[in-house]
Amino acid sequence: MKIAVCIKRVPDMDVRFKIAPIGNAVDEAGLKFDMNDFDSWAVEAALQIKDKDAATEVVVVSLGPDAVQETIRKALAMGADRGIELKSDRIPFDGLAIAHALATELKDGGFDLILFGKQSADSSNGVVGAMVGELLGLPLVTSISKLELAGQTGLAKREIEGGQEFVEFPLPAVLTIDQGLNTARYPALKGIMSAKKKPLEIKPAQLGEQSVSVVQMELPPERAAGRIIGEGVSAVPELVRLLQTEAKVL
Amino acid sequence: MANVFAFAETRNGELRKIGLEAVTAARRIADETGGKVDAFVAGSAGIAARADQLAKYGADAVIVAEHAEFAKYNPEALAAIVAERVRGGSYRVVLFPTSALGSDLAPRVAAKLGVGLVTDVTEIKLDGDTVVVKHPVNIGKVIATVKIASHPALIGIRANMFTPVEKPHAGTVERAEPVGDPAASRVVVKEVKLGGGAKLDLGEAPVIVSGGRGLKGPENFKMLEDLAAAFGNAAVGATRVVTDEGWRPHSDQIGQTGRLVSPQLYIAVGISGAIQHLAGMRTSRTIVAINKDKEAPIFKIADYGIVGDLFEVVPALTAAVKEAKSRG
Ligand SMILES: Cc1cc2nc3c(=O)[nH]c(=O)nc-3n(C[C@H](O)[C@H](O)[C@H](O)COP(=O)(O)OP(=O)(O)OC[C@H]3O[C@@H](n4cnc5c(N)ncnc54)[C@H](O)[C@@H]3O)c2cc1C
Ligand SMILES: Nc1ncnc2c1ncn2[C@@H]1O[C@H](COP(=O)(O)O)[C@@H](O)[C@H]1O
Repeated sequence: MKIAVCIKRVPDMDVRFKIAPIGNAVDEAGLKFDMNDFDSWAVEAALQIKDKDAATEVVVVSLGPDAVQETIRKALAMGADRGIELKSDRIPFDGLAIAHALATELKDGGFDLILFGKQSADSSNGVVGAMVGELLGLPLVTSISKLELAGQTGLAKREIEGGQEFVEFPLPAVLTIDQGLNTARYPALKGIMSAKKKPLEIKPAQLGEQSVSVVQMELPPERAAGRIIGEGVSAVPELVRLLQTEAKVL
Repeated sequence: MANVFAFAETRNGELRKIGLEAVTAARRIADETGGKVDAFVAGSAGIAARADQLAKYGADAVIVAEHAEFAKYNPEALAAIVAERVRGGSYRVVLFPTSALGSDLAPRVAAKLGVGLVTDVTEIKLDGDTVVVKHPVNIGKVIATVKIASHPALIGIRANMFTPVEKPHAGTVERAEPVGDPAASRVVVKEVKLGGGAKLDLGEAPVIVSGGRGLKGPENFKMLEDLAAAFGNAAVGATRVVTDEGWRPHSDQIGQTGRLVSPQLYIAVGISGAIQHLAGMRTSRTIVAINKDKEAPIFKIADYGIVGDLFEVVPALTAAVKEAKSRG
């Protein structure tokens, strides 16, 4: 098996963001970056297939500035075999432009599976994986939380509102990974050492034409500060009164 | 003039609320610019009967794709027919729901047409010929204003942002034939499992009662079901701890890696208020928190907090809500 996993470098979300002076981006000063969570589950999914079949090759691809090498090295430390950086000064917001560059790179790679995260925490668009699937004309299943492979056929579970869909597809295929499929492994020290020696190729990103762009970013209006209205059962009548008269939801 | 195409999602032959929301959002854009609204609906035989409802909410025309294969989601066949219809029309804007189905379908169509797509959109504006939308980024901690320059501009709307409004239009039915044989799709939905039939979906419920680790076990969610039943229009959600423990299905998880919801009322019971949970519910209009720890972060964003033991407060609240409802 040959598996590609597309991974994005995203800021750690556990901070208060500031808007950069240019107005259409967040200020990156002081931010920590890491692999997008969904993408780490995609890497894990690939590695679990490799654990069962040592002949599997896992290739990770990340588009962005040279800093993405750190994200790629993390995936290599987890156990991926080699990495590709699709170099671009910054990561554009336009999902189709990113998808175009990734599809161009993956097109002739002979991959049986191409894995993506369901969505990136920063852009929060959830489109790149599906777009690559479509651009490559491959069977595509999005947002999967369970995966079984039997020969050239796969069965995946998708979470839908109020239930699940069970989807059958032939390989080669493109899949986007939801949570629930697995828990990502941490790179072991041995992995971190060997990752330094694994191949990491750098190529220019062939970004497609960009039609979607961020013109402005702002912080959402702060919610009014929370208010504790009382303690225990004795506060219930006041709550009901507020829900009726102030919030008007009852 | 901006003509708008709205994908009206159905399930089991019924229009979903978010499908009507797409039509309402489309109507608003068309009215501002003197354009027309074409609603698209697909399903098995008989789905054409839904055209009346789409007309009521503002469709000038209803494009109906009836085929046995459209009884369930058939991603490849649906993407093909939608892309063909969009290509053949002169639409400035194409609207999809940001739902499990819409999130799968919209990027397929965008890639087929080579046009821009932004999902999870909370506001749409047409500024002359420019389509500008608002879209939360960084797990909702930042709001981006995004320009879509392609013709058409594809947009996935966030649930509960465009309340359906009746605005009757002609709703002239036009039939659409599938492109190729839908039965030949490579990706096939073999089975759909849905939880309890008439249960309200989290994305659509005006009221959500949500439980965390404080509930201590699956059996105690009965208490939240009872509170939800007292409201009558409520669904029950959960934190990741709860779904990871298997107390509730994964599809009930609210947060950064679960569902994003913005109901009118969100009642957080035994939930600490971790940022990953807040990411999924902080845009709710009114937030109530019930927690025994007065330092719990959930109280920082709760409009109304009660510090106390949920096992005492929730039953009392259920009784009080029933009482308030019976008084009308
Ligand atoms: C990458 C990542 C993604 C994540 N995504 C999500 C997500 O999408 N959604 C999500 O919810 N979480 C998510 N989490 C987990 C999140 O960080 C928290 O761990 C989780 O939300 C906590 O759930 P909780 O509030 O139920 O439990 P806890 O944090 O343990 O809180 C339980 C609360 O119950 C209260 N309590 C206990 N007993 C009682 C009682 N008798 N009466 C009243 N109150 C009581 C306690 O005071 C406490 O505040 C994610 C974490 C990571 C790392
Ligand atoms: N710059 C990138 N480099 C590599 N993969 C990416 C990049 N951007 C997005 N992806 C992949 O596409 C998925 C969906 O991203 P998005 O459409 O931005 O939500 C991510 O989870 C990644 O797997």
